Amino acid sequence: MVSSNIDKLGALIVAMVAYAASSPFATLRSNRIVQGEGFGIPSALPAWMAGLLLTVIALASLVALLRREAIPRLVSAAAVMVALFAFIGEAAAFLTPADNTYARVAPATGFWLLLFTFALLAADGISRMRPGPVMRLLYLVTAMAIIAAILLSGLWADLSVMKEYAVRADVFWSEASRHLVLALGSLAAAVAVGVPLGIVCERVPATRAAVLNTLNIVQTIPSIALFGILIAPLGWVAAHVPGAYALGIRGIGATPAFVALFLYSLLPMVANTVAGLAGVPRESREAARGIGMTSAQRLLRVEFPLALPVILTGIRIVLVQNIGLATIAALIGGGGFGTFVFQGLGQTATDLVLLGALPTVGLAFVSAVVLDALIDMNSISPARKDA
Amino acid sequence: MIEIDGITKIYDGKSVVDDVTLTIEPHTVAVIVGTSGSGKTTLLRMVNRLVEPDAGMIRLDGEDNRTIPGYELRRRIGYAIQGHGLFPHRTVAENIATVPRLIGWDKEKTAAKVRELLTLFQLDADLFGPRYPHELSGGEQQRVGVARALAAEPNVLLMDEPFGALDPIIRAKAQDDLLAIQKHFGTTIILVTHDMNEAFHLADKIAVMDAGRLLQFGPPDELVRQPATGFVEAMVGASERPFRLLSMRRVSDLAEPGSADGSPIAATVTQQDALAELMWTGRSAAPVVSSDGEARGRVTLEALLQRARGPK
Repeated sequence: MVSSNIDKLGALIVAMVAYAASSPFATLRSNRIVQGEGFGIPSALPAWMAGLLLTVIALASLVALLRREAIPRLVSAAAVMVALFAFIGEAAAFLTPADNTYARVAPATGFWLLLFTFALLAADGISRMRPGPVMRLLYLVTAMAIIAAILLSGLWADLSVMKEYAVRADVFWSEASRHLVLALGSLAAAVAVGVPLGIVCERVPATRAAVLNTLNIVQTIPSIALFGILIAPLGWVAAHVPGAYALGIRGIGATPAFVALFLYSLLPMVANTVAGLAGVPRESREAARGIGMTSAQRLLRVEFPLALPVILTGIRIVLVQNIGLATIAALIGGGGFGTFVFQGLGQTATDLVLLGALPTVGLAFVSAVVLDALIDMNSISPARKDA
Repeated sequence: MIEIDGITKIYDGKSVVDDVTLTIEPHTVAVIVGTSGSGKTTLLRMVNRLVEPDAGMIRLDGEDNRTIPGYELRRRIGYAIQGHGLFPHRTVAENIATVPRLIGWDKEKTAAKVRELLTLFQLDADLFGPRYPHELSGGEQQRVGVARALAAEPNVLLMDEPFGALDPIIRAKAQDDLLAIQKHFGTTIILVTHDMNEAFHLADKIAVMDAGRLLQFGPPDELVRQPATGFVEAMVGASERPFRLLSMRRVSDLAEPGSADGSPIAATVTQQDALAELMWTGRSAAPVVSSDGEARGRVTLEALLQRARGPK
């Protein structure tokens, strides 16, 4: 076989697989806070499962190395990821000593590295197919359905993260909804304020520098400092404005978290609205006016639709940023997934940190894919002939 | 009829358009020429009030153009610009339907009008209607731009260097198409250009502007034979004068009884083309035929040279 037949990414994948396969696949700890002992694939699983998993991994690596077609790459990557998901659950059941409720089994370096490697291969396969926005959403829904099915099947019940979840099931969902309210609510407020503000900045150039510079300064304030700054004014509002306390406004808690997320969101929203409107072709504006559109009609029918992809990009930035930042809200009692992260850090319980971190990462990933698809659906092909 | 009466526009204390008065007859093509900065575009934009004048008045069919709001006025006046200005997020059909929708035409009437205009501009309505502007060639985009300007059946069409972005061959075709459309609808057209060939090709009357002032407004051959100033003469181009005269008329005007040898010349071509043909083939006369092949006598080199001669 000629060397040019070997795929470069495939070579990287084989190297990563070789390293990952020799790393521990799962960790067993006698309780949730002590150091654990690593187990490689052969010792973490019953012999036939270990053999099956290693075979699937080896076959998929060969495909990555020798086949350039998108579909075999995607299918083999998906097969490995499903096998990894299934067998990490089996490893947890296999390694946990019988009748021991203190022991914890968690995925270890080898598992995460393999997952990352084949996620890379899957992403490569998908990007080679150049799927349209609808197709990408279908892939996303499929992946989410597989993970949901595994979660519901109880396959992961013996994993340490799920044991942390099991004792906090109620709190988990209330913190999840709090997290979403913080991230989405502050986004909605930022859109409601930022887009009109962006329109004003675009129409009245004098306001632009002042608004954008102010928002730039807000953006540079560290989040913890911003919480601190907000305590006094919000506390005053709660104490002196009639009805504010009844609305739940406090110096600490969810209110300052919401306000901080909102303030951080304003810069990307305003800046992208201004950039989007500034990118509207001069001839289109000129024609819209010359043809007899009123100022409002020009904004709604021509300028805003043409600026929409850039504005949506701003919304995407804000949403992903807010989902991540909302974890910080837990520091001042604002709730959200950050609650588990900071509790876990306090207890040196990594599994509890993961219970907060994994859903946050997942949520951010899902929103990024969904909004990218939306942006694509609203864009016009850039190939524009002007001659 | 468009009456421009003592119109002045001042920017930063400087007159960009300085006391311009001219009257454009209905169903004619008036071309405004001038160098950049001569105020020709500003003058055009005051007709549909994209620019408000500082002094003077413009009347359309006797009515002051300030009696209705600017946007309503602009819906009644077609407007086409260089680079077409089509809305990139709307299909060709939606682009053309813009003004009919603004003034509340119903769906059937709008759709019929879109179809009629696309057909008139030699674009297949089923094929081009659903396409987006970026999927069209430059010439097609330009035609759709003019079709959009004509959609609400305006009496007046304003065009600001509409063919500026086209290559010479497509431009010549677009100019011929415009003349055919103008005949078809009887639209009064004011067109701004800096291309004198275009002006002579299209205009019933040419207005020459320099530094905001109107130097001369008259039929093309008047500009050639009696230029009002040295600037007009320079714009016309001293060495181009005989050819400009010939380019304005058809061979049929010079056909005389008689016969000649060699391949015939069509009666509809310009006298300039006929002269070129005679010079190229070394003949002193050629037979003339009408478009249906009927003999129309002959055209002679002598008659052509006579016609191209300037005033004494």
